[in-house]
Amino acid sequence: MIRDITIGQYYPGKSVLHRLDPRMKLILTFGLIVVIFLCKSFFSLGLIALTAVFAAIISRVPAKMILKSLKPIVIILLFTAVLNIIYTEGGTVYFEKWGIAITEKGINTAIFTMIRIVSLVVISSLLTYTTTPTMLTDAIERLLSPLKIFKIKVHTLAMMMTLALRFIPTLIEEIDRIMNAQKARGADLESGGLVQRAKALVPIFIPLMVSAFRRAYELAFAMTCRCYTGGEGRTRMKQMKLKFRDFAALFFLVAVTAGVIFLNIKFEAVI
Amino acid sequence: MSDKIIEFDNVTFIYDADDEESAVQAYPALTDVSLAINKGEFVAVLGHNGSGKSTLAKLCNAILEPTKGTVSVKGIVPDTEEKADEVRRIVGMVFQNPDNQIVATIVEDDVAFGPENLGIEPAEIRRRVDDALKCVNMYDFRHREPHKLSGGQKQRVAIAGVIAMQTECIVLDEPTAMLDPMGRDEVMQTVKRLNKEMGITVVLVTHFMDEAVQADRVVVIDGGRMVMDGTPKEVFSQVEKLRGYGLDVPQSTELCHNLGIKEGVLDVDECVDEIARRLGGAV
Repeated sequence: MIRDITIGQYYPGKSVLHRLDPRMKLILTFGLIVVIFLCKSFFSLGLIALTAVFAAIISRVPAKMILKSLKPIVIILLFTAVLNIIYTEGGTVYFEKWGIAITEKGINTAIFTMIRIVSLVVISSLLTYTTTPTMLTDAIERLLSPLKIFKIKVHTLAMMMTLALRFIPTLIEEIDRIMNAQKARGADLESGGLVQRAKALVPIFIPLMVSAFRRAYELAFAMTCRCYTGGEGRTRMKQMKLKFRDFAALFFLVAVTAGVIFLNIKFEAVI
Repeated sequence: MSDKIIEFDNVTFIYDADDEESAVQAYPALTDVSLAINKGEFVAVLGHNGSGKSTLAKLCNAILEPTKGTVSVKGIVPDTEEKADEVRRIVGMVFQNPDNQIVATIVEDDVAFGPENLGIEPAEIRRRVDDALKCVNMYDFRHREPHKLSGGQKQRVAIAGVIAMQTECIVLDEPTAMLDPMGRDEVMQTVKRLNKEMGITVVLVTHFMDEAVQADRVVVIDGGRMVMDGTPKEVFSQVEKLRGYGLDVPQSTELCHNLGIKEGVLDVDECVDEIARRLGGAV
């Protein structure tokens, strides 16, 4: 049923990763993504891959869920692998025909890039698996709050994101209702070519737009009634406090970075 | 009990020409309304569609400004933004559509929204949110997502949001119009409890007679004018007059009226007693 949709791909749990401060999780994720691109050798990349696997295990998110997040990128993976194999040259030549050469370096680069992309996706999807969209928006608001000195309205942006998230299910329900109403009047939404189907969507999107604006208007009233005047002078019920585990996680990031740099120096670069 | 909390003094309201509703509302939505709502009262405002009862509700907490006359809340006339804000700290509001007034993606965060705007200490907000949710019997749902709740539950969350702001008065603008009978009952029970147990002044705008009957005082609005004001018994005993305003009366009242019983009978129990008494028997 449409009521059951969850926003984002949060996987409820109580693991260490779930309990980490969302701000720290954001920093950690971005840090690790940068470090992924610092890797030059298979050893340093191996360390990152191990880190990703380790994080996935302690998150207690089922492996099936994580594999599911890799599904959409399979084509990209294959595509980059093929391109890398074809276009990178160097080292032993295994195969040569029609002007295409498959070389040792090409295969190495292909494998390297694949591992890199997979680690990237696993790490970033672990963030969204273990953090609710609300917590993420909160964390973004707090992390970006120093930008206030440049007159950037961080609070307003975060509020817009929260409201957008809040209204996704409401608007989906609305679309469902409008579609049923139009079908009841004989609208044909399923047959015809692409152009015809696109045209059939017009009588759905116009009422949806009208109702979205009406909702926005009422919501603004309701927020005014609850004394909302913007970010000034607001307090938050849920305070974010960095705990020991957050610093431990930060130390972990530093250690991984140091490890990667060390392994980069020690071993031969692939890329 | 005679402490006035909201006072309408000769209020006329005409929707601006550039306002959204201008096409429909070219005539005054309210004309010369004078009304005082006392502290601790439970007032129902009755009227059929387009009678101006929603306008009356929106005037209570400075969402709309009267065209003529004044609306004051505890003596404050909201003519500046600051004063309007002050008024909104005293009078909270619940709207008809529960979906369009819930701001956050988690129940307890939504209840916290009002107190957060008031700049209250985090620990105090936590306490208020928990109390408010317990008060509307939604404490067990505090970590849920609002879109997964029923209409009555959502409306109770909206009410909790007002309770957590600790306003002295709550104005409900047809809070049950979009709910099923069960949700309606849940909301009415909650509203009555707010009034009786917590002493919050309640203004309930409605077109359901059965809800109006439960109030201490009923105000009837017709064509933008206040036409009746009295206890439910006083108002509902004038069946013909109410029909003239396009309003029904509760079924029990109607039955007794048709039987020729002149006393204002309000609910089933009273109706049964009255008929039994007239038949000379006991139930």
